[in-house]
Amino acid sequence: MTAQTDTMHSMENHAEACFQYNFAYLDEQTKRMVRRALLKAVAVPGYQVPFGSREMPMPYGWGTGGIQISAAIMGQDDVLKVIDQGSDDTTNAVSIRSFFRKVAGVATTTHTSEATIIQTRHRIPEEALQEGQVMVYQVPIPEPLRWLEPSETETRTMHALEEYGIMHVKLYEDIARHGEIATSYDYPVLVGGRYVMSPSPLPKFDNPKMDNCPALQLFGAGREKRVYAIPPYTTVKSLDFEDHPFAVQTWLRPCALCGSTESYLDEVIVDDAGARLYVCSDSDYCAARQAQGHVGDGMPVAAPQGTGKEA
Amino acid sequence: MSTVSSQYPTTMEPMNTSTEQPLLQVENVAHYYGSRVGCAKVSFSLWPGEVLAIVGESGSGKSTLLNIISGRLALSEGSITYRDAAGQPYDIANLPEGAKRRLLRTEWGFVHQHPRDGLRMAVSAGGNIGERLMACGERHYGTIRNAGKEWLHRVEIPENRLDDTPASYSGGMQQRLQIARNLVSSPRLVFMDEPTGGLDVSVQAKLLDLLRHLVRNLGLAVVLVTHDLAVARLLADRMLVMHQGAVVEAGLADQVLDDPHHPYTQLLVSSILQG
Repeated sequence: MTAQTDTMHSMENHAEACFQYNFAYLDEQTKRMVRRALLKAVAVPGYQVPFGSREMPMPYGWGTGGIQISAAIMGQDDVLKVIDQGSDDTTNAVSIRSFFRKVAGVATTTHTSEATIIQTRHRIPEEALQEGQVMVYQVPIPEPLRWLEPSETETRTMHALEEYGIMHVKLYEDIARHGEIATSYDYPVLVGGRYVMSPSPLPKFDNPKMDNCPALQLFGAGREKRVYAIPPYTTVKSLDFEDHPFAVQTWLRPCALCGSTESYLDEVIVDDAGARLYVCSDSDYCAARQAQGHVGDGMPVAAPQGTGKEA
Repeated sequence: MSTVSSQYPTTMEPMNTSTEQPLLQVENVAHYYGSRVGCAKVSFSLWPGEVLAIVGESGSGKSTLLNIISGRLALSEGSITYRDAAGQPYDIANLPEGAKRRLLRTEWGFVHQHPRDGLRMAVSAGGNIGERLMACGERHYGTIRNAGKEWLHRVEIPENRLDDTPASYSGGMQQRLQIARNLVSSPRLVFMDEPTGGLDVSVQAKLLDLLRHLVRNLGLAVVLVTHDLAVARLLADRMLVMHQGAVVEAGLADQVLDDPHHPYTQLLVSSILQG
């Protein structure tokens, strides 16, 4: 339903938009510069390519990197989907969709299968991606080694020399402190057997989806002025220990709305007593399942003992 | 200085007469800070299992020398050759960065004067010790943890401190942890820059005892920079005395200390407080 409305709007806005902005907001020279950086990024999977990041009409941290990539690769026939925390309905997602409707006049959608460009923050859609689709990730800190090594010169040298032992020090610390690898998002991966890469604030639940993915995956960090990429069908391995293998999150309950046991669930607090509802974070996936007749129990879970306010 | 050098023995004849090759061969090295001399015309050979002390007052060029032979500072003149366990020679001055760093984390160790320079202060002791193993490709958590426990034991730190960060350690413990972190990959050559520098006397004595023990048991070759002659006498087989960037005297440690020839060495030896 949302998808249809979006498309109609885009037809109306297109003519008007053409007078005010260059197609997709950025000027052609800037788009060429971003594309050159992207070509290099695709040629060297996982390698962070510096680019001349521009000021965008939104604050850093809201997806300036992702929006520049989307603008640079967008054509008139593209169909754009934007998600924030898996949801199509959050402020950021709605704003970016309407931004591109206005400045590029492209069609937008909320359906994963219909989209050719999917700009995302935090999630990969549950529905499997296909060849020809492009994932655009908004990345806050592109450097996976940054938390342990503050010097940029040093981290670049470490990438160049494949000195990645320090990444395992981080995982070691997790196990020593928490008894398991407690890193649950931005979980470091090895791309194409060569570069260690930060998958942005993606939950580790989505890491396996990046491996051998048919879609092209592009990552943009606007503030840090870096782009990197995973070409289609590239191996992406999550780092781990032999005796503590990589594992994704699991939930004890299915989604309360669509009953899915395979999706990434958000925990939503629904009352003052701290009762929780577990629902799919991917709103499109959840809605599609409900339309097919899948129903969850809709029941919140009582607050764990000792937390949450008394009613 | 050159006339002085000729009067006193400043080069060392190899004490090892077997067919074994020296571990480290330093020939006529120099480093200039612009027009100022850091150190110049230094030559020596270091044999496997040998402890060489470089002594001298501050500003005499000992740290400069240590930094150039460990590949951390560029060479202005001369050559440095290191032979690895397989007898393969490495020209340190012209070694690519990658190979140099590989040496530094496998066959070499570097113990800094301040443990803060050599440790990751926000990472637990176990992580600090395990870092080299992980850098060398160890991917089994249990093995890394056991190595951490074993090395804490060897440097006399209670095992239950394994998951504490070095920030919570005393200065002496930090220094011992730094030593453990360096020795875990079984290096053949360890560089030490004033390892007992910032420690009080009783802790110093304990650390020296531990170092002597480890060096003898593991057959480590050590290049030790110190201004403390007592440290040199306790640990070193041979020593170089440096003054104003040049080696003024060299020889067996006891020989140099008991019978100093050069006036500067005599001054140095006589300035030790006698009990």
